[in-house]
Amino acid sequence: MHQYIIKRILMMIPTLFGAAVLVFFLMRAIPGDVCELRLAGTGATFDPDALRICQQELGLNEPIFLQFFSWIGGFFVGDFGTSMWTNQPIVSEISLRFQVSMQIALMATLVSIVISIPMGIISAVKRNTWVDYCVRGFSIAGIAMPSFWLGILIILGLLVGSQALYGEPWMPPINYVPIWVDPAENLAMLIWPALATGYRYSAVATRMTRSAMLEVLREDYVRTARAKGLVESVIVNRHALKNALLPVVTVIGIEFAFLMGGLVVTEQVFNLNGLGKLFVESVSNHDYTMTQALVMLVALIFVLTNFVVDLFYAWLDPRIRYS
Amino acid sequence: MNSGLKTLAASLAVGAALSLGLGGAIAAETPKKGGVLKFVVPAEPPSFDGHRETTFALVHPIAPFYSLLVKQNPQNSMDPTDIICDLCTEMPKPTDGGKTYTFKLRKGVTFEDGAPLTAADVKATYDKIIFPPADISSARKAYFVMVESVETPDDETVVFKLKYPSSAFIPALAMPFNFIYDDAKLAQDMHWYEKNILGSGPFQKAERQAGAFIKGTANPNYYEKGKPYLDGFEAIFAKKESLRVQAIRGDRAAIEFRGFPPQSRDDLVKALGKDITVQESDWNCVLLITPNHRKKPFDDVRVRRALTLAVDRWGGSQYLSKIAIVKTVGGIVFPGHPLAANKEELQQLAGYWPDLAKSRAEAKRLLKEAGIPEGFKFVLNNRAVDQPYKIVGTWLIDQWKQIGLAVEQQVQPTGPFYDTLRKKQDFDVSIDFNCQSVVNPLLDVSKFISEDTSGSQYGGYTNREVDELFNAMNQTDDQAAQREKMRRMEKIVLDEEALGFITMWWYRIIPHRSYVKGWNVSPSHYLNQQLADVWLDQ
Repeated sequence: MHQYIIKRILMMIPTLFGAAVLVFFLMRAIPGDVCELRLAGTGATFDPDALRICQQELGLNEPIFLQFFSWIGGFFVGDFGTSMWTNQPIVSEISLRFQVSMQIALMATLVSIVISIPMGIISAVKRNTWVDYCVRGFSIAGIAMPSFWLGILIILGLLVGSQALYGEPWMPPINYVPIWVDPAENLAMLIWPALATGYRYSAVATRMTRSAMLEVLREDYVRTARAKGLVESVIVNRHALKNALLPVVTVIGIEFAFLMGGLVVTEQVFNLNGLGKLFVESVSNHDYTMTQALVMLVALIFVLTNFVVDLFYAWLDPRIRYS
Repeated sequence: MNSGLKTLAASLAVGAALSLGLGGAIAAETPKKGGVLKFVVPAEPPSFDGHRETTFALVHPIAPFYSLLVKQNPQNSMDPTDIICDLCTEMPKPTDGGKTYTFKLRKGVTFEDGAPLTAADVKATYDKIIFPPADISSARKAYFVMVESVETPDDETVVFKLKYPSSAFIPALAMPFNFIYDDAKLAQDMHWYEKNILGSGPFQKAERQAGAFIKGTANPNYYEKGKPYLDGFEAIFAKKESLRVQAIRGDRAAIEFRGFPPQSRDDLVKALGKDITVQESDWNCVLLITPNHRKKPFDDVRVRRALTLAVDRWGGSQYLSKIAIVKTVGGIVFPGHPLAANKEELQQLAGYWPDLAKSRAEAKRLLKEAGIPEGFKFVLNNRAVDQPYKIVGTWLIDQWKQIGLAVEQQVQPTGPFYDTLRKKQDFDVSIDFNCQSVVNPLLDVSKFISEDTSGSQYGGYTNREVDELFNAMNQTDDQAAQREKMRRMEKIVLDEEALGFITMWWYRIIPHRSYVKGWNVSPSHYLNQQLADVWLDQ
């Protein structure tokens, strides 16, 4: 097991290096640069010297391979540099956003687990009944509806509903307050995006739980358990569910990693100052250093999540032995 | 009329009345002290240095922290020529044949850290803007080409010496980016203000959360006694327009200072009735059409003239203004400025004729003469921004279809769009825009001078007569002579040579919570943002 863990950790290095090479050169393949955008982007007249000085300051006129090695060298010693757009240290720019994204990811995962596992089980146990059809309809709707669209509907619903009920329109706060500063304000802001994304996320996990449960419920050991006269709840919860959870854990793990950096539009709909919003802004601003750091961070989250999911397999299924 | 429409009509009427200055009774209300103004800003500023940046996203959250030497009058914000003192005590009359301006400064003004603000600070500020060291980026250096030196005979006097008399000088001084910085801080590090805020304006910096907000609190030592009325402000960054609209509806923010499309205004008025007030104004931003003079057949003046003759600006203004933030028909100068063309003068220019059928017949004749076949195809390069770029682009395609041209629109994100204009230069015809703060036509029209001198003219042409007119206008303070030269320049640019064309000027629509008082819409979203006069009627 220890050997496996070390091997997996070593394998992360080429994966991350590959991601680094790709993001560095792909970003530079996009026409235009941060200085041009900064000065010409408003349509106003500007001094051509300002463009030259800006490019010089940011090292954009240096040979591309020199820029690459200078960045990658810094990255491997933990120096992410400064944002080309704000000139602030990347670590401080990311840290607050990381906190928001982490809280949303955790809340959405919780919403998803609370919805998907019981519904998946019920749907499998009550296969081809009206209960199963309702659950399947609910989960297909979740897959079909983009979470940002659901987010817009939630905000509009809150505005219209509160105005109809209380005479004054109400919407969730648009400024993030950490949970330890003001828990009520924090939850008033984050509960809605967590519900919107958690619902979509639960839809995938519900369907996965249902199909995994259906497969397991047909296994010989389940038939044996029934033959022994065990009550149905014990068969389902103790014998079937644990074995059916393997693919569900994988889906939840991947979705969690996706939520950390992929809530690009949903974050904008709710004005969440998270990594997804920062991602969009840094790409549209041609902020190479920030985009590179974010891609590397998300790559690292994916690699680590997969690693944790793999370790979790061993706990769920003792037959799995890593050597 | 149903009740929704009645509310809409009533609110628009109130808003329009206010904008037109008819709300005397309302304007005369006694300001109340206290409260925090929350407003939404569509983007976050790249740095805090006004001398370096060009975006309104810097002005909205940062301008309240700073003073200027002179500024556009916030109480008369619709008059682009009304420039008043901020730090100075009296607007100077130029001496030395219009070449010397002597400003006397207010006494007792201090920076946020208590350091006194003197003439040395004003000099250091303008030296940084006009004569920056080799490694310092100054975005508006080109606006001060007329300045020879900045001198400080004593602590309360600043003297600007010009190379020649220029009417463009005072408007350039009043640009809202020209924050007065502390000489000592600049002497330590010229980059200090990129990451720090330290001013002498109505507000002091309280808190910043990267990507989220900037908060300010009232400056107790502000030199205009009794102001600011607000206890503070909170600028909240919100990129999505729909969220900004909903934030005003849900009272998470009271106002957004850039401007909303007509539909958002109507939605807010319908939802909030008397709780929303609408202020509207012509906007000192314009969408241009730039034919690429480097490429055939756009090097042919007949083809370029045909392109502008096909466009129905008068009709388009009527219809497009219902769905987009464009409205006013104008020439190369901001409509309403004394140097702008009036309707009769405009109607003499190609593309502005009152008889559209005649105009389009002439366009077809010119195309035929130039050997352009029916159904000729070209690509319109455009920016991937809905308001108003893509809407105007789509409208233009239809206009050109009327004279037998088949145009395809290629939209690109801002970075690649500017790369096409500035580096690749391989477009056929492109949308371009010009957006300025203080209305300063003498410099704003630098967009139309020759490629080698303009810096922001992407058509790739050279026209020395235009350059000479531009220089002559800028080196005289005789407004009649300026107007005459401006008309000649406009005739060459828009008609005779059809070097580039104007589509329509933008239209600024600001729907805000009715409890926001003391803020008046102006022709630019860069102006009137110190917030010293704003108060909340709550």
